[in-house]
Amino acid sequence: MAAGEAAPLAVSGVKLCKTFITKSHSVQALRDVDISLPAGSLTALAGPDGAGKTTLMRLLTGLYAADSGELTVLGLDAKRQTQALQTRIAYMPQRFGLYEDLSVQENLDLYADMHGVPAVERPARYAELMEMTDLSKFLGRLAGRLSGGMKQKLGLACALVRWPELLLLDEPTVGVDPLSRRELWQIIRRLVAQQGITVLVSTAYLDEAEHCRQAIVLAEGRVLAACAPQELSRAAAGKVFLLTPPPGQAARNLQARLLDRPTVADALPQGAGVRVTLRQPLADPADAPWPAQTQWQAAVPNFEDGFMLLTSAAEPRLPPVLVLHHDGRAPPAAAGEIVIEVRDLVRRFGDFVAVNHVSFQVRRGEIFGLLGPNGAGKTTTFRMLCGLLAASSGELRVLGQDLRFARAASRRRIGYVAQKFALYGELSVRENLEFFASAYGLRGGRRRERLHWAIEQFELSVMLDVPSGRLPGGYRQRLAMAAALMHEPEVLFLDEPTSGADPRARREFWRRITDLSDQGVTVIVTTHFMEEAEYCDRALIQDGGRILAQGAPAEIRRLGARPDGGAPTMENAFISIVSQARLHE
Amino acid sequence: MNKELRARWRRTWALMLKETRQLRRDPSSIGLGVLLPVMLVLLFGYGLSLDIRLAPVAIVLEAPTPAAVELAAGFELSPYFKTTVVTAMPEALALLERRQVNGIIRVPIDFTTRLEQGGAPVQILTHGVDANTARLLQGYAEGAISQWAQRRQGEGQTVGYGPVTLQTRLWFNEANDSHYFLVPGLIVLVMTLIGAFLTSLVMAREWERGNLEALFVTPVRVSEIIIGKTMPYFGLGLTGLTLCLLSSKFLFGVPFRGSVTVVGLISMLYLWVCLGMGLYISSAVRNQFVACQLAVLTTFLPALMLSGFIFDLRSMPWWLNMLTRLLPARYYVELLQTLFLAGDVWAVIWPDTLILSGMAVFFLWRAAAVTRKSLE
Amino acid sequence: MWAMCLRVWALTIKEWLAVLKDKRSRLSLIMPPLVQCLIYGYAATYDLNHIPYAWLDNDRGAASQALYAKFAGSGVFDLRATPPNAEQARRLISEREALLIVQIETDFQRHLELGEPAAVQVIADGRNSNTAAAATAYASAIVDQFNVEWRAAHGAPPPPLQVFSRSWYNPNLETRWYMAPSMIATLSLVQTMMLTALSVAREREQGTFDQLLVTPYSANEIMLGKALPAMFIGLGQASLVVVVAQLWFHIPFAGSYLTLYAGLSAFMLAAVGAGLLISAFSATMQQAMLYTFFLLMPFMLLSGLTTPIGNMPESLQYLTLMNPLRFALTLVQRVYLEGADLALLRPYFMPLLIIGALSLSGAALLFRYRLN
Repeated sequence: MAAGEAAPLAVSGVKLCKTFITKSHSVQALRDVDISLPAGSLTALAGPDGAGKTTLMRLLTGLYAADSGELTVLGLDAKRQTQALQTRIAYMPQRFGLYEDLSVQENLDLYADMHGVPAVERPARYAELMEMTDLSKFLGRLAGRLSGGMKQKLGLACALVRWPELLLLDEPTVGVDPLSRRELWQIIRRLVAQQGITVLVSTAYLDEAEHCRQAIVLAEGRVLAACAPQELSRAAAGKVFLLTPPPGQAARNLQARLLDRPTVADALPQGAGVRVTLRQPLADPADAPWPAQTQWQAAVPNFEDGFMLLTSAAEPRLPPVLVLHHDGRAPPAAAGEIVIEVRDLVRRFGDFVAVNHVSFQVRRGEIFGLLGPNGAGKTTTFRMLCGLLAASSGELRVLGQDLRFARAASRRRIGYVAQKFALYGELSVRENLEFFASAYGLRGGRRRERLHWAIEQFELSVMLDVPSGRLPGGYRQRLAMAAALMHEPEVLFLDEPTSGADPRARREFWRRITDLSDQGVTVIVTTHFMEEAEYCDRALIQDGGRILAQGAPAEIRRLGARPDGGAPTMENAFISIVSQARLHE
Repeated sequence: MNKELRARWRRTWALMLKETRQLRRDPSSIGLGVLLPVMLVLLFGYGLSLDIRLAPVAIVLEAPTPAAVELAAGFELSPYFKTTVVTAMPEALALLERRQVNGIIRVPIDFTTRLEQGGAPVQILTHGVDANTARLLQGYAEGAISQWAQRRQGEGQTVGYGPVTLQTRLWFNEANDSHYFLVPGLIVLVMTLIGAFLTSLVMAREWERGNLEALFVTPVRVSEIIIGKTMPYFGLGLTGLTLCLLSSKFLFGVPFRGSVTVVGLISMLYLWVCLGMGLYISSAVRNQFVACQLAVLTTFLPALMLSGFIFDLRSMPWWLNMLTRLLPARYYVELLQTLFLAGDVWAVIWPDTLILSGMAVFFLWRAAAVTRKSLE
Repeated sequence: MWAMCLRVWALTIKEWLAVLKDKRSRLSLIMPPLVQCLIYGYAATYDLNHIPYAWLDNDRGAASQALYAKFAGSGVFDLRATPPNAEQARRLISEREALLIVQIETDFQRHLELGEPAAVQVIADGRNSNTAAAATAYASAIVDQFNVEWRAAHGAPPPPLQVFSRSWYNPNLETRWYMAPSMIATLSLVQTMMLTALSVAREREQGTFDQLLVTPYSANEIMLGKALPAMFIGLGQASLVVVVAQLWFHIPFAGSYLTLYAGLSAFMLAAVGAGLLISAFSATMQQAMLYTFFLLMPFMLLSGLTTPIGNMPESLQYLTLMNPLRFALTLVQRVYLEGADLALLRPYFMPLLIIGALSLSGAALLFRYRLN
């Protein structure tokens, strides 16, 4: 290896620049990025959407060549000695690279052959990987039929058919539930500890970065910080507080209000309270941005606090409060009536029972969360609610009707935002809005008013003529919401709306959702981010098609209480509920 | 070095295996690679024909004299016509109008009297919309009439129809059977379909699904990816070829006058040209929808319309003829028609083979050149 | 009702924009039909303009010289070689130098002078028997003309028979007259089917189909919204070919435009029905593309476009009754070249409407079945 004896470097890059030029404009993806990864270290790469994380990863693999700067990987010039480099590293791209029409075993064999793993070494190797990933039961299954978490684990196994000297993982935990996420991280940490492999992981989950020796924070193509995660947490020392809202006020409302304060860098609901990060240490409690009657205490800062503090300086303020009705109409009366009723809902696919006797109710104005590990049946439940899938048996009422057989008039009362960005990519923002306005039967003056409302409320005016497929991530999310809300629906369905979004965009999104709920809109949402369950009025946890827990976030947290009596986070509660239920089987 | 070669071979083999498995599991590829060729073989072998057989014609006998009846009988006995005899022209015209007959042969009222004096008129009227059929019909009808005249002359009834008579012979296809040239053309279609159309999707598919990004960061080389991708389709193409050759011989009885080895070798060569084109399109556009449309427009449709398979190249204007020289299918059609019907005519085989080899090298080189282990 | 119309209209506009917005996809709608129409207008012809031939004269008399002059002056025959013997002439054919050998026997002149029949042998390359037949027909026409002139010059009585051949609707028997109107229907079929088949599959793949299903649209409205723009585009492409046929190829239009467009609309209905049927079957774009291709092949081959339907075996002729293109081809040709009116065209309209109605209701059923 090239580097000196004291601190051998697996990767060292200096002043890396990369610009993408398209017909209409050029994007500077990386600007003077320095990176150095000590051999045998575990490094996290964090940053908002479009920060340049994937570009940097691809530079390291030789898939992109830097426009300028020096990049040495494992002692090789990444630009010129690409072939030699690619035989020594392993890389798991964001979209796995699995062949979905090959079985698990066939995928493994293919990569073993690619990496030239001798046949005699394979049985032992596969056994090790199977033990690590727990996939041995599914060897014969087609990769396309695996759940999201299992796909990620298989992707990792394929990258590890032989111990690489450098392992690069690009957002391996996107769309993966907390249980699978935890398992993946155990594997990664073991690799570093036992095999001495250098690992670089990019991630949108900031708590994950805390497991790493080093964290690199990228924003807009620049390195904002490259240090131990604890160092970043320390930067937030004295600025983080845990608030308990006064009785009668929901935590999420307090949080929403705090986000508007200029001195607040970040706020999010945590447990029954709100976690706040201030831009400056609180010198005088009288200057605190929260209402006087709020109880507060200092909290131990974590990486996410430090990250938000670091990135919020550069980011624009959050949008103003979302007002659904442009004419200031009052929310519909009779709050508290039951809007959605599900009784004994069952859905089978062949022998497989995806949804197993599920019952719940949702009241008007509630935010209701559907949580569960990958393959738990929450998407199936969700699709049945929206009328996109038939139930095998059971009863289902949305606004008093089964949407599958509902006439146009009742479907006009719901809104739907799909998991993937599902608007017409080739049409401009304006054309998309106009289409959905007409689709929901808006016409004449009202159509004009609502279009105006959508553009105003979601701050889309600068992007009106851009084809929606070319919008940056944040704008897409807003456009999808705008299209689903123009007709002032009473019920809004959201399928994993924040999957893959950066923390900032997630805060912005939930801010709008809570606003809507305040105006009487009922919201049904699925999510993988357990912290987001805190925004819900009530939530249910599903696994193996059955309901494991249901209730307000506090109740769920109580159900998952640790034996030692400590207050669990939502994520810990979730994991303990699911793993306990699995143990009983 | 030996070890490196072995590693290369193992990687290539693994990629071939992977591609074969995917091919087997995708019903639409199987459909296109196996069912469509079978359908084409049956359609071409049994369904399509350019030959006139039992073409419906109306014969207008305005006066049923013995000579006129004899003339009509000549038509009735001919395998080319299915006759309807009427007595007046308007009746026949109505039939033509309704497309119930394709032509009218009118024997006028003064036919017999004029026959003695010479210059007895017979009128042939064809429905000209389908020009080719009309022309063939006209030719056959004139032939039938002149045969009748010659028969009469042989019986010493009247002076000759000549003096110069034409004796025509059709070489290589004495039976004048259009299957003899449609079936070799069919092989071209099937090879093009499997070689270019199917492969045009394969690289684009991997680009679209993001598989290549992971595959690139392994010791694999571009040449290995390309060989691994093409070999299974090459195998599928050979299966299609065998199917076509067997059916042309045993189902449709097309004579086979050249050597099987030469046909086999040339077909493999053509298959490589097609695979190269398909891969080139696929790697260059990286989008299945566009690749598929491009493949149809640049390989399949030209193979159908511009290769000389149905429409003779000699019928085309010179500029179009020059354009067809850029199409590999043109040479393959020429080779197959020659090998099937004329035999091993080396003066045709050598130059065409040389050109096809050049095209194979060019397209495979281009395919390799546009596929780099890079995402840029 | 009015609300429904507005919704369907919005969907039509959306589809329309999705197809026409992008410059590349606009081009891909116009260029392929235009280029194909031009190229195939020249390529898809059975008419021979240049017949390369070899002249093998074993007699070398004045009469054979006169006959040669006729061939040379015809403008169609193109002399490639005058081989000295049959062996060499044979090679010219097998090496594809010449399509035809005209061989004059040694006593040609003598026979003629004696008033006996004199034979001329014509040997044609049968590798493409259709071309060979056409070429020999040209040769025969030249010989006929030679006969007439010879008789006149030598005071022989006129032949007992005189054959007058005439052809209706296409006096010069040009294949192009047949092909160009056929392409009006064929070229628009390809894209109309492809567009409808892909439009639903694309929405499924991009996830927008779910989004559409939760809006107030009913399955029938969605189908209608997909069918209308494709029909318009198909009609647009057909018009493009009509323009090329008239202005570029100068093929006279004999019928009424109203009848033509009525016929094309019925045809587009059937084409869109077939496309929607495919889209109801296919889950991905790839499947939709392949199925479309699967259906297009027999549609084109069994339509009478390249080989006459009358030449097919009877069982296959029945099969062509399911083929909308078969009826559309005849319909367009009859309107375009013959100027046929609606009454005459009934037998083509009815099947098109029936096929359209069947495939559309089949697609609607399948859609609803798949949704439930």
